[in-house]
Amino acid sequence: MTELPNSTDRKMGLVIDLDTCVGCHACVISCKGWNTENYGAPLSDQNPYGGDPSGTFLNRVHSYEVQPAEGHAQLIHFPKSCLHCEDAPCVTVCPTGASYKRAEDGIVLVNEDHCIGCGLCAWSCPYGARELDLAEGVMKKCTLCVDRIYNENLPEVDRIPSCVRTCPAGARHFGDLGDPDSDVSKLVAERGGMDLMPEMGTKPVNKYLPPRPKDQIEEQIDILAPLLAPVADEPQGFMGWLDKALDKLPGGAN
Amino acid sequence: MTHQQPILNTSPKVSDEIRKTTCYMCACRCGINVHMKDGKVAYIEGNRDHPVNKGVLCAKGSAGIMQVNAPSRLKAPMIRTGPRGSGQFKEISWDEALAIAVGWLEPVRHEAPEQLAFFTGRDQSQSFTSFWAQSFGTPNYAAHGGFCSVNMATAGIYTMGGAFWEFGQPDWEHTKLFMLFGVAEDHDSNPIKMGIGKIKKRGARVIGVNPIRSGYNAVADDWVGITPGTDGLFILSLIHVLMKAGKIDLDYLSRYTNAPVLINAEEGPEKGLFLRDGDGKMLVIDRNTGKLTPFDQPGVRPDLSAVHEKDGVTHRPVFHLMAERYLADEYAPEAIAEKCGIPAQRIRAIAGELARVAFDEAFELDVEWTDFRGEKHTKMVGRPVSMHSMRGVSAHANGFQTCRALHVLQILLGTVEVPGGFRFKPPYPKPVEAHPTPHCKSTPDTPLDGPHLGFVRGPEHLALKEDGSPARIDKAFTWENPMSAHGLMHMVISNAYAGDPYKIDTLFMYMANMSWNSSMNTKGVMEMLTGKDENGDYKIPHIIYSDAYSSEMVAFADLILPDTTYLERHDCISLLDRPICEADAAADAIRWPVIEPDRNVRGFQTVLIQLANRMKLPNFTNEDRTPKWRNYADYIVNHERKPGIGPLAGFRGENGDKEGRGEVNPEQLDKYIENGGFYVAHIPDGADYYKPWNTAYQDWAVGMGIYDSPQPYLFQLYVEPMRKFQLAAEGHGERQPPEHLRQRVKDVMDPLPIWYETDQQGNEGFTVNALTQRPMAMYHSWGTQNAWLRQLHGRNPLYVPTKLMRKHGLQDGDWAKVTSPHGEITVPVMEMAALNDNTVWTWNAIGKRKGAWALEKDAPEATKGFLLNHLIHELLPAKGDGMRWANSDPITGQAAWFDLKVKIEKAAAPEDLQESQPAFPAQESPVGTGPKELKWKVGK
Amino acid sequence: MHPAPSVIIFTTLSGLGFGLLFFLGLGQPAVTGKVAFVFYAIAFGLACGGLLASTFHLGRPERAWRALTQWKTSWLSREGVCAVGALIVMGLYALGAVFMDSHWTLLGWIGAALSLATVFTTSMIYTQLKTIPRWNMELTPAMFLSFSLAGGALLAGAESVAPWLLAIAGAVQLAYWAKGDKALENSGTNLGTATGLGDRGAVRAFEPPHTGSNYLLREFVHVVGRKHAQKLRMIAFILGFALPLLLILTPVQGIVIKHVFAALAVLSHLAGIATSRWLFFAQAEHVVGLYYGKR
Repeated sequence: MTELPNSTDRKMGLVIDLDTCVGCHACVISCKGWNTENYGAPLSDQNPYGGDPSGTFLNRVHSYEVQPAEGHAQLIHFPKSCLHCEDAPCVTVCPTGASYKRAEDGIVLVNEDHCIGCGLCAWSCPYGARELDLAEGVMKKCTLCVDRIYNENLPEVDRIPSCVRTCPAGARHFGDLGDPDSDVSKLVAERGGMDLMPEMGTKPVNKYLPPRPKDQIEEQIDILAPLLAPVADEPQGFMGWLDKALDKLPGGAN
Repeated sequence: MTHQQPILNTSPKVSDEIRKTTCYMCACRCGINVHMKDGKVAYIEGNRDHPVNKGVLCAKGSAGIMQVNAPSRLKAPMIRTGPRGSGQFKEISWDEALAIAVGWLEPVRHEAPEQLAFFTGRDQSQSFTSFWAQSFGTPNYAAHGGFCSVNMATAGIYTMGGAFWEFGQPDWEHTKLFMLFGVAEDHDSNPIKMGIGKIKKRGARVIGVNPIRSGYNAVADDWVGITPGTDGLFILSLIHVLMKAGKIDLDYLSRYTNAPVLINAEEGPEKGLFLRDGDGKMLVIDRNTGKLTPFDQPGVRPDLSAVHEKDGVTHRPVFHLMAERYLADEYAPEAIAEKCGIPAQRIRAIAGELARVAFDEAFELDVEWTDFRGEKHTKMVGRPVSMHSMRGVSAHANGFQTCRALHVLQILLGTVEVPGGFRFKPPYPKPVEAHPTPHCKSTPDTPLDGPHLGFVRGPEHLALKEDGSPARIDKAFTWENPMSAHGLMHMVISNAYAGDPYKIDTLFMYMANMSWNSSMNTKGVMEMLTGKDENGDYKIPHIIYSDAYSSEMVAFADLILPDTTYLERHDCISLLDRPICEADAAADAIRWPVIEPDRNVRGFQTVLIQLANRMKLPNFTNEDRTPKWRNYADYIVNHERKPGIGPLAGFRGENGDKEGRGEVNPEQLDKYIENGGFYVAHIPDGADYYKPWNTAYQDWAVGMGIYDSPQPYLFQLYVEPMRKFQLAAEGHGERQPPEHLRQRVKDVMDPLPIWYETDQQGNEGFTVNALTQRPMAMYHSWGTQNAWLRQLHGRNPLYVPTKLMRKHGLQDGDWAKVTSPHGEITVPVMEMAALNDNTVWTWNAIGKRKGAWALEKDAPEATKGFLLNHLIHELLPAKGDGMRWANSDPITGQAAWFDLKVKIEKAAAPEDLQESQPAFPAQESPVGTGPKELKWKVGK
Repeated sequence: MHPAPSVIIFTTLSGLGFGLLFFLGLGQPAVTGKVAFVFYAIAFGLACGGLLASTFHLGRPERAWRALTQWKTSWLSREGVCAVGALIVMGLYALGAVFMDSHWTLLGWIGAALSLATVFTTSMIYTQLKTIPRWNMELTPAMFLSFSLAGGALLAGAESVAPWLLAIAGAVQLAYWAKGDKALENSGTNLGTATGLGDRGAVRAFEPPHTGSNYLLREFVHVVGRKHAQKLRMIAFILGFALPLLLILTPVQGIVIKHVFAALAVLSHLAGIATSRWLFFAQAEHVVGLYYGKR
């Protein structure tokens, strides 16, 4: 049913570290692979070898340039999938009840058997998290790998979303954001995890860790410069220093 | 109404079976779990136990499933029916195909084996393919290193016995400052990402030196948007500042490098060579005694400072020469800042940070070890600075010396093979002395006199014929590029076409897209491949090509030997070749057919064995004339390079319990499969750092079969073999460079790192640097056919810095005409702010020719995508004397892709300009095109 | 937003149809027999045709009935329920008018209310979307309702109120455009808030995640040139409001010409509303576009 649960037992979600994401798209394709073979209909591709290839993806990596007031422009890779919002508008707009938020873990899912493919949930999502599969005519979205994270056919260590398992840079973290003591919650607290479009009032569960400050090295010159004081003014002086320095080495002077 | 939700099965069956093999979606060779359903590939994920990727997997790896089902897969052997380049073929049987190939190869072997040029592209079985070529007897064999990163590899071997990537890696566990130089984002793929993630988590600093702030450089804490080609100057300036401040590891330099080795200062044929004793051992002065002594004696403390006076000549140690050179003001940050495009203060800050971390954050591991002089150490000193670099720095005509400078910088800081620094991976470290020299003596019906590729120690090892002309078709190991350790694949076609140094009969290539993205001057290469002589015969009479896919090169071959995909074949990733070792373990791996081919294709290595068996090549044939091996799997298990040493190091011996050395084990492949497709032999504790000098490591390496005897050596800050070439250029010795190269050899073969401006002849008016990078989700051309990956990168804009966008009135989506002294392209542009102000770039090898890769003709790769290759020629513009020199590094012959200079202007974008220019007519696809829709699900 | 013909046809026709049903339910005109049949046929044709058209954009139209179940939370479901209710009630009312020559007033009032409610719920499907600031305004339901009433009045031949309703609808239209043009900017959502990177500097979309197109771009990103849009607005305004007003206010002689003028007014209005509706979609900026550096 499209009523949101009053509260969920847990708030499972992702924490994405924008400081370490190198933009490799590993998560994008791993997600495509897992979800093509698993939950619901395969993620189809239209014109896969043609002029305008296009397909259903549940996770895409954007990139943005940020030009600070001073200094070099920065490039930030930005993976984006469903944020499993606490106040998920995509659920309440659904006319059929196909869209729902699970009471036990807060995962937002689509019951594909009930979906009429009206697209309204995608319209209501500010994040572009939902894509209508053209071959199947139903809405597809990130399932947080609900068919992995509890899957008793997988070793326990692998009971995490496929995007998290595959991420080479370790920029994706999975856990219960409703539990303030969970690793992910601590990470969010430490690093100032943020919401996307907080003004939308969707209360996303997924958080983004902002990039650390960049291009600071020149500002540290005052600390670093003393380390670089020349040992001698003249090249000959250098040899004198060398001799003394060699004497100081362990076992150097006899 | 209360909240209701459907009941969901959260434990669906994942697969019937997991088959573990090795990825081949790029050169990284990660371990993969291939999930099978109903005998089909259902899902691919990383193998958690694998030493390379430890479970993670990149986009390419996960997309392997779309590579195995790609419509571009070749289906059967084919013989050309239309003109070369047309793409018209007829399918034939393997029996016919092999008979045709043997029909061409056999006469060549009987008469002039050098008329076969066998080059194998992105081959991961080079120890086998070179073995085949050696057995055939042709000197003309190499893989693609010459147009990839030979500068980095060779400079590393000559300087310290190894370089980056396959040779070594940062000590990710301990490093606190990681500096990346000009990395193309593909070598290493996953390990670098894992490493960066790991150290950033610890709060370690990453400094990226690259004109383009993408990928790894985007996550770097500090970005140095250097002017392309000036990395060497920047590095030498860092060396200047560090030396001047005394922030170098004197103890390390004196013990483990040739900094204290004395240089002969006497005028004559030995000037500049090391002083050696009667046994050829380098001489140093022992600081304890003040006496001249071989460097390796017990108790010797080589003196970096003392000189040796003899007969009125002062012989000084290498370190003196270095101080003299690098303390000079010409390397001061202020002197080079403008040229490099980096403010002096920033250079100093980086030097300061290197010094701070290397020395103020030094730490000790309580691990005992014994060095080659027999001295026992109670601790291992860590200097947590590490570096990585590959093609970006390498692919310049000054790349070799730049790479040398980078290795020297690490050594001066004392960070190589120490905790926190850069660590070698077995079989490295391996000094030049442990490598073969090049061999080129070909005799009819006889194997070559030794391995093709190697490391020259002086002019005596050049691959020259008696008359001084090049022995190899690619002119490797000649005065033009004496240290071309990987050959020059990019020169093969143009030389063969020109009949210079001689004509060939058959060009045999594997996995090398020479008629497209793997060549400079792509259009010219296509013309050469189709060029005919006055009789109307093709100038290159026969072309045999093997590939698994319908690449652009297929159309230019006469005979196609279709390869399998990587999940349908046997392979070995061998310690004899390019293994997958880690810094604390030797490791090798296999591929095995996790699925059987559904087409009439065969693994290329098996085909080589079948060809060898038909020709009864000596090394492939028993004394009773029966073949030694039926197929590649047979070879992998049963071949022994030396007694007890074969392609795979694991599970040797009758019981499969020996590693490194041991008898052939017929069950070896099964054991590998059981073990997840790989084998790891851990380096014992205490042997895992200081490897070049650590007796425990040396002994372990001998046991593993990596060396035959311990090979301790000194890092070569000063490279004596280079000096030998200089001496020749100065007129000493029998082998003399041709006059037109004499001065150049003198200048560039400097035994201490230098920086020089690359040849700018003909570049007047072309002032903008133009580069390429590989996207992380695409490996060269292999991703284009992949339904998932091509959605990520289906076309490539030219990225133009904001300043140039404004200057030329360009906006995203506009088209620009880009010209170089060699050619012109018209391409779409996109603004990028995080980019060096005077550099444009694009993704490499996204552009495709129409008709190739089973794509439809309106594929964006063919209409919007483009190659920068059209702007780059394998020869530089003519000099005053009319000579055109190779567009390569004068030391190694490395293709100087990144020396490209261009001019950019807004294209008037006529209404009919729908496509990037130049556009080529479509090739006929021998495999048709793919389906209109994909709904891939193999499970029920 | 992608101006999907199905949705434009649906909202235009059903708005008009339910507008007419509203007036018929109120007994305006209180027709019976064959004349009633024609009026109701037109009304039902428009309303049902519109509803039918709306199913064309569904991925799974055969499951459309499921859309009636979530009236408690979903405006789309409520619209379905209202529409079905309005059609049933007005169907009964029409039976009375056509075949029994009677007007069941209470039923008519209920039907009229449901018809208007249908238009309102339709408008709320759009209005509720915070993701599309141009729609997320009180003026959106005002526009849908005023258009529906004006069109209904025109069709119903409610001469006394039609000019007023047309004038009001025209005014609402102008207000909607004026306010809508500033809606995205005033919403406070931009690439900075979308990425959370806004406080670090100026954020610019660099490479898109895929070089090809995708559902989101096709569905949410539609760029209408400014000049083109101005022209279309002019056309929509003239055809939708000005010309019909002129036509019905022009004193003419003779019933035939009067009917011809009335018919022309309806057609003109229909064309105008369709144009306005095209703009309603085509000019609506979904905030997802921000992620792609588009609007």
